[in-house]
Amino acid sequence: MSKIVGKKDVLYISSLSKIEIDEDKMEIFTKEFNKILGYMDKLNELDTEGVEPTSHVLDITNVFRKDVPYSTSKTFSGALSRDEALKNAPEKESGHFKVPIVIEN
Amino acid sequence: MLNIKIKQLRQKLSDKDISAVELIKYYHDRINRYDPEIKSFISLNETALEEASLIDQKRAKRDHLPPFAGIPIALKDLIITKNIPTTCGSKILEHFIPPYDATVTKHLKDAGFIIMGKLNMDEFAMGSSCETSYFNKTRNPWDTNRVPGGSSGGSAAAVAARLIPLSLGSDTGGSIRQPGALCGVVGLKPTYGRVSRYGLVAFASSLDQIGPFTTNVEDTAEIMTVIGKHDDKDSTSAKIDNDNYMSGLSGNIKGLKIGLPKEYFSESLNDELKNSIFDALKIMEKCGAEIVDIDMPHTEYAVAVYYIIATAEASSNLARYDGVKYGYRADGKNLNDMYVHTKSSGFGEEVKRRIMLGTYALSSGYYDAYYLKAQKVRTLIKNDFISAFKKVDLIATPTSPTTAFKLGEKLKDPLQMYLNDIYTIPLNLYGGCGISIPCGFDKKMLPLGLQLLGGYFEESKLLNCAYAFERATDWHTKVPDWLEKE
Amino acid sequence: MEYEAVIGLEVHAQLATKTKIFCSCSTKFGAGANTQTCPVCIGMPGVLPVLNKNVVINTLKAGLALNSKVQARSVFARKNYFYPDLPKGYQISQYELPIFLGGYIDIESEGEKKKIRLTRIHMEEDAGKSIHGANLNDPASSYVDLNRTGVPLMEIVSEPDMNSSDEAKAYLSKLKTILQYLKVSDCNMEEGSLRCDANISIRSKGEKTLGVKTEVKNMNSFKNVGKALDYEIERQIKCVGRGERIVQETRLWDTEKNITLSMRSKEEAHDYRYFPDPDLVPIVIDKAWIEEIKNSLPELPDAKKERFITKYSLPIYDAEVLTASKEYADFFEETFTYINSPKSISNWIMSEVLRIVNEKGCTIYKAGISPKQLADIIRFIETGQISGKIGKQLFQEVLNSDKRAEDIIREKGLIQISDSSELEQIVNNVIQKHSPEVERYRNGEKKLTGFLVGQVMKATKGKANPKMVNQLIAKILG
Repeated sequence: MSKIVGKKDVLYISSLSKIEIDEDKMEIFTKEFNKILGYMDKLNELDTEGVEPTSHVLDITNVFRKDVPYSTSKTFSGALSRDEALKNAPEKESGHFKVPIVIEN
Repeated sequence: MLNIKIKQLRQKLSDKDISAVELIKYYHDRINRYDPEIKSFISLNETALEEASLIDQKRAKRDHLPPFAGIPIALKDLIITKNIPTTCGSKILEHFIPPYDATVTKHLKDAGFIIMGKLNMDEFAMGSSCETSYFNKTRNPWDTNRVPGGSSGGSAAAVAARLIPLSLGSDTGGSIRQPGALCGVVGLKPTYGRVSRYGLVAFASSLDQIGPFTTNVEDTAEIMTVIGKHDDKDSTSAKIDNDNYMSGLSGNIKGLKIGLPKEYFSESLNDELKNSIFDALKIMEKCGAEIVDIDMPHTEYAVAVYYIIATAEASSNLARYDGVKYGYRADGKNLNDMYVHTKSSGFGEEVKRRIMLGTYALSSGYYDAYYLKAQKVRTLIKNDFISAFKKVDLIATPTSPTTAFKLGEKLKDPLQMYLNDIYTIPLNLYGGCGISIPCGFDKKMLPLGLQLLGGYFEESKLLNCAYAFERATDWHTKVPDWLEKE
Repeated sequence: MEYEAVIGLEVHAQLATKTKIFCSCSTKFGAGANTQTCPVCIGMPGVLPVLNKNVVINTLKAGLALNSKVQARSVFARKNYFYPDLPKGYQISQYELPIFLGGYIDIESEGEKKKIRLTRIHMEEDAGKSIHGANLNDPASSYVDLNRTGVPLMEIVSEPDMNSSDEAKAYLSKLKTILQYLKVSDCNMEEGSLRCDANISIRSKGEKTLGVKTEVKNMNSFKNVGKALDYEIERQIKCVGRGERIVQETRLWDTEKNITLSMRSKEEAHDYRYFPDPDLVPIVIDKAWIEEIKNSLPELPDAKKERFITKYSLPIYDAEVLTASKEYADFFEETFTYINSPKSISNWIMSEVLRIVNEKGCTIYKAGISPKQLADIIRFIETGQISGKIGKQLFQEVLNSDKRAEDIIREKGLIQISDSSELEQIVNNVIQKHSPEVERYRNGEKKLTGFLVGQVMKATKGKANPKMVNQLIAKILG
């Protein structure tokens, strides 16, 4: 865990999260990032052998919904018309969401 | 009017002492006068007066009206409201107009509440001071050079300044309780699963809960009867019988065991704060409660656990803000460019930092060391609570290690800001219920908050204890001098 | 150097539920772009998923039919990556704790029986569709339709147990039949309700370790699966033969050029950062539920085929054709309730009924003839009242008119003439009219029987009992 995160790591995280840090802010960012990660190292003080991880605090299981469409459902509502679906779209055309072309290398 | 309770407002309205329109105008007037300085609202609902007018007409015709018809409320701008802009305090959703309502919004509308507007917050609920909002930095009504706390800063400040009788906020690591303490109002985080998360814009899904800010505990109980219900649209919503939260408010806490965990009372804890807590506990003892020393040995690890789990979940929850379907989009010569420019210029610094932290914690090679490890320690922290609640009914702690700090004071060091949540975070990791209630003021006349923590679905017990304390004190009735003019 | 191919298949089947996996939007195929969406499947802020129970039930049926082991506790996980047709920026899938582990499918390929093992089966949501610019309008843009986001998918992963494109096709075919029997998926590759990706490598025969594998995608029909796999195996062998290394990568099958093209290096493997989805709760399946599903399973194709062979004494070929689809098998058995002539029924279904099914592109029950009507036709033939040839005519009439067989027979007077004295008269007439042919017949050209029989059939408008006519001619002419 005590690995120091360098510029290369930050660039990797950027490629995963699609967030880039400006070159002139990179140094400060990396420093703060490492400081926070250093604090997380505290967790290594604890022996968690055999401890189950908690992904959900409550013991709820098997929550299901009936296979009934919005048009006839008494419980669920909220189907959107095409106009409603596209209303907030930054760019749209011919009933579709429009984005800059996807480039596959 | 400054300390009127909801039940009294309802009475006044039904007795026609005041009309719904007059009531809305009263609050609009206060908002116009005071909010330019406090900056608690991001947007105001332009149809509020119209809705009030309709209610008055119905009342005149003796039409059936829902129980809370005409009572004004405002919501943290993290809660979805149909056809009303919902920004989450972010540039990325600055112009987003949802075509649907959150479940809580629907409950409020069905009950007759009038939504006055949307309240300011730290961007995407990430912050403890309301300073990361894209729009405004909300001021603490007790000292406008200071922060109200966060992330539900606007929700707390608006109630503290009596710009509205009550509001809703959300709490992931303390975002209701901490601003509640810093602003001197009552802030409740219900048990996880108690209030539907459908329509609460997600920050950390396994921790988030919506909760109310009020000027008194009775109001807290009343609003919980409206929003504390099971919801089929939320798979994590508990299938528990709706509590009649009001019926538990007897004010009788004889024999109630209150635990005092030493881990929350370190040497470095501010004396004024420590003393106010102990004074509060003495009052509880006078009412018949018993104070018991308890241990919660994993408390010191909570902040580290939280900042791994919450940022990991957030990094995934915020992935959807990509400029494709809604929200802000920056230009890009191709898709990847568009994604990067949109996110890098659309999100603020703190949000970007947390997304990157979370991405790192989940990434290949680090998942076990960070995310999985944090989830295991979360179990240990959860078990601390489970053990404690075998010995005691409730736990008492300070809400925040400091009173309201100055604007800009903690922005330079993110880690310092994170450590503000040291007393509130453990509860979110466990998932129980917790409340912050006003218990005094420091020398600078800044509010002090007492935090009470309860087990799963023990809101009745929790609220009753807070109620007993409130009946024996009057901290909750104090309003900053400059805001007293009605 | 002799090489063998090692193939594993990853199949995605769209489940035939009415609504999507996590929201109540309709899953109907072919709706206009972005007309089957809601805040949940568009991934708007604040929305939450709620699991469709029928998705679980259908997956349970499939997994049990595929001999796979139900996991008592399974969990949904988020697979995080960015793509415009993935609105949330993650796909809800299953990762560490899928609903099924293991399993197998029995196949037969090139006369050999083989068990293909399964690795796992899990549930996940489908993504939307992106259309590339030039196809719609602006070549510098892509267009996104989110109707398909959230449609439920079942992913079935096989072990690399297949060694030829034939085996792969046999596996796909068997899997498709089983899923269609269960009615859990339409399994239509052309419509995209069945998709197949392959992992393929080669190694020298006898070698135990696996070679470097490539992933082959975009095989959008059974035929293309065969072509693509054959091509890729060939390509890898040639590559190794030249002394080159196989690059671990994803390759797309190009349906026009009939080659696989490198898409991207799999080395730069996506870091999906899987973690359990906090918005969904675990699925716990107890023994009672498993029993309930098991009891609801229909007889599966292999078992039905075996039963058809033993109960109806049908040849293997017939049994295979009839059980290739549950509807065919049901139609056969329903017809059997009306007439105990399994081989005749089989012949009629295989030759006539299925011909109509293929022509019309419809299901067998919509072909235009009911099991009872088919049984009636067969009975008329078997009791000698009409000839087989007339039977075929009758079949067409029933298809076109929806009348009962006996009504058509009566109306059109189709009953066979089997009265020997009546027939003898007609035969004698024909003999008189065709003395040259009769002469030739008497001189040894016995083949001319056919001509004479034909003339009798012509004279009787096909109603003469052909067997009797043959006998009479032989008797009269010698």
